[in-house]
Amino acid sequence: MVTVNLDSPPGRETLRGISPRGTAAVSNGKAFSQLTIWMLAVRDQRDRAAFSALFDHLAPRLKGFVIRSGASSALAEEIVQDVMLTIWRKASQFDPHRAQASAWIYQIARNRHIDIVRKEHRPVPDELGEDPGLEPDASQILGLEQEAEQLKLAIQQLQPDQKEMIEKAYLGELTHQEISSRTGLPLGTVKSRIRLGLGRLRKELKGLR
Amino acid sequence: MPAITHHIPDAMIAAYAAGSLPHAFAMVVASHLSYCRDCQAALGAHQSAGGALLETAQSEELSPGMKASVMAMLDEPAMPEPVYDARGIYPGPVMQALKGGAPRWRTLGMGVKQNILYEGDGGSARLLYIPAGQAVPDHSHNGLELTLVLQGSFSDETGRFGVGDVEIGDEDLEHTPVADAGDPCICLAATDAPLRFNALMPRLLQPLFRI
Repeated sequence: MVTVNLDSPPGRETLRGISPRGTAAVSNGKAFSQLTIWMLAVRDQRDRAAFSALFDHLAPRLKGFVIRSGASSALAEEIVQDVMLTIWRKASQFDPHRAQASAWIYQIARNRHIDIVRKEHRPVPDELGEDPGLEPDASQILGLEQEAEQLKLAIQQLQPDQKEMIEKAYLGELTHQEISSRTGLPLGTVKSRIRLGLGRLRKELKGLR
Repeated sequence: MPAITHHIPDAMIAAYAAGSLPHAFAMVVASHLSYCRDCQAALGAHQSAGGALLETAQSEELSPGMKASVMAMLDEPAMPEPVYDARGIYPGPVMQALKGGAPRWRTLGMGVKQNILYEGDGGSARLLYIPAGQAVPDHSHNGLELTLVLQGSFSDETGRFGVGDVEIGDEDLEHTPVADAGDPCICLAATDAPLRFNALMPRLLQPLFRI
């Protein structure tokens, strides 16, 4: 178990979303997911033990996920290695208010896969609104994580052939027309959570101008 | 932040997250996302779905020694990746295609100019400069065309498109976009097939200008 020391994260006055004096990321009796706690430790403390735990949990799943897209075992390992290093190097960009850890890692995995296979740099959007004066708010993170948990449950309850199709869609193996008619996942609530977070950021930014 | 009324369809955002869009379209989607919180939220939702699939994926055993070699690489200096920030009217993804420089406009006639940003198997992307009041010749599409407004606005049979708005054209759309009064209209346009023009002159010019 990795604990997150939040007293003096380097480069940040306070860790948004978490009480500066606490060592556990808890709000309303609920804790952040283990993945998030590891990611925050990697981001703020450059914690190798946390990264090692993250690796043990994630890398074998990541390899299985990449292989589902038709990659060979060797290519899958090349991608996994690259993704894990990218997680370590780009950890400062992880913001649990905007995306839960697995979503952030999914996008890195897709980007790195495409960059490696197609040898071209994928265009990525500009960030909308940094938030230097944001008040700590753990509920946003927890809300997102709860919606993500619902999504995970929904995926686990799918029939095997349905799950396979959705996997294909999110691994880039189906065209967008095909996805459009076939994903019946409960994305609406996740979307409104994220929009809520982005909207809140926008308000905060307005207040600063 | 401009008021955006024409968005990227949700399925296309899912395809962008998954990486299954051709490069030229991914440029337009990433550029629209640089303006649009609603579509960023939609992207976030699809990333969550991808993350949930990742977490429920079946594990595969890793080669022995792989973890040790990753751990040993943590301190190695990373190859610096060029970062292209938005500049002026151009969002980061356009600056990336311009490699950080200014557009190099080529005249197409009647004040219309273009700068081809990308050409590949999956399609092409270009910047278009249309003087206020000028019409882009009446054209229809062989494939799919995405047009994102970066400056000014244009109107056609289907509505008005301002900064951040994206028009999706397909085989069924035959339209005559006209740049509105005011600033010249600058757009990022991507197609997966050559456009066909209905007026004679532009069709003759088509191979020359690759429009």
